[in-house]
Amino acid sequence: MKVLLRNPRREVEVAGPTTVRALLTSLDLNPESVLVIVGDELVTNDARLQDDDAVEIRPVISGGSGGVAA
Amino acid sequence: MSPESRMKCRVCREPAVIDLRRHNANFCHEHFVAHCEEQVRRAIRHFSMIEPGERVVVAVSGGKDSLALWALLGSLGYDADGLYVGLGIDDYSDESHDYARAFADSRGLTLHVVDLATEHGFTIPGAAAATRRAPCGACGLSKRHVFNAFALEHGYDVVATGHNLDDEAAVLFGNVLRWDLDYLARQHPALPAADGFARKVKPLYRLGERETAAYCVLERIDYQVEECPMAAGNRHLGYKELLNDLEARSPGSKASFLFGFLERARDPIAAAREPGRADAPEGEVVVLRPCEVCGAPTPGDVCAFCKLRDRAVAGRTGAAE
Repeated sequence: MKVLLRNPRREVEVAGPTTVRALLTSLDLNPESVLVIVGDELVTNDARLQDDDAVEIRPVISGGSGGVAA
Repeated sequence: MSPESRMKCRVCREPAVIDLRRHNANFCHEHFVAHCEEQVRRAIRHFSMIEPGERVVVAVSGGKDSLALWALLGSLGYDADGLYVGLGIDDYSDESHDYARAFADSRGLTLHVVDLATEHGFTIPGAAAATRRAPCGACGLSKRHVFNAFALEHGYDVVATGHNLDDEAAVLFGNVLRWDLDYLARQHPALPAADGFARKVKPLYRLGERETAAYCVLERIDYQVEECPMAAGNRHLGYKELLNDLEARSPGSKASFLFGFLERARDPIAAAREPGRADAPEGEVVVLRPCEVCGAPTPGDVCAFCKLRDRAVAGRTGAAE
């Protein structure tokens, strides 16, 4: 399956079937730091992914100017 | 068709679209949105952030948090306008503005724009180069100044920002690492209005950024996904990664850290820093007076924003000569 990654934007090919949880583990990604989107739908960590799925792994960490102060 | 989850929504037992380990819960689309609304409602009520009829301006960046906040405030019945600050960070700022504009137009909302280059003569990259300091510091300083000045000038009662649980936990982590008691005393989801300052509130402080991002995806809110090119490698992002590693091992750690501080530590620290207290630090009473240039409150003659702008403009002029 094609897996879109961000920051920087790039695409990798991963063999299916697999689960979202296994995919994130194989890419060394923390499930707390990303969302996984198949097509345009959000999926949970137990969802099973097939070879023909278009998967986006979207990071959710952002922000620079949160700074040191409140 | 997307893969269906075997996880069930905690509320209705339909297939879940998101799992939140911190809450030990899974939600379908409908009940996840209800969960987000409830967290924001609780935040606003708990800290009396916004009173009925007050004018609210949302600090809008075009990212997930500010757009989710604007949408959630609307869902909860608050009539809020948006303010976007153009930072001049090349294509990134242009795209961010486009997302903010598209959201406002799609919902018939009012989006104000203050462009730093047009109205103040400098950009964030220019300021960072001129001061030889991290761009995030110049960015935060500029946005805080512009949002506050705009709110006061245009009669808004409240500035609402999209700081979420992860932002606040990371800031707290940094402040605790340095035991910076002044910053700890000022860290709060609702800072009251004072002479020269509008009230500032953070209604998303109970929602993690995975939740605000999921809210946007589910509600079909397009936002700027790419990270600011100037933020890469900054300390704040490093703290977030550390805290997420901890969260993965021990779900709920971030919320426990932040909420415990707010419930048990912040007020005693703030009270001890109040001038006049027997145990207040000596010689640290800060008296604010109007900036000689712009009138904003400052402990010196000229405020930090005006100093930054002067250095950035001087740097630009010098580079052109």
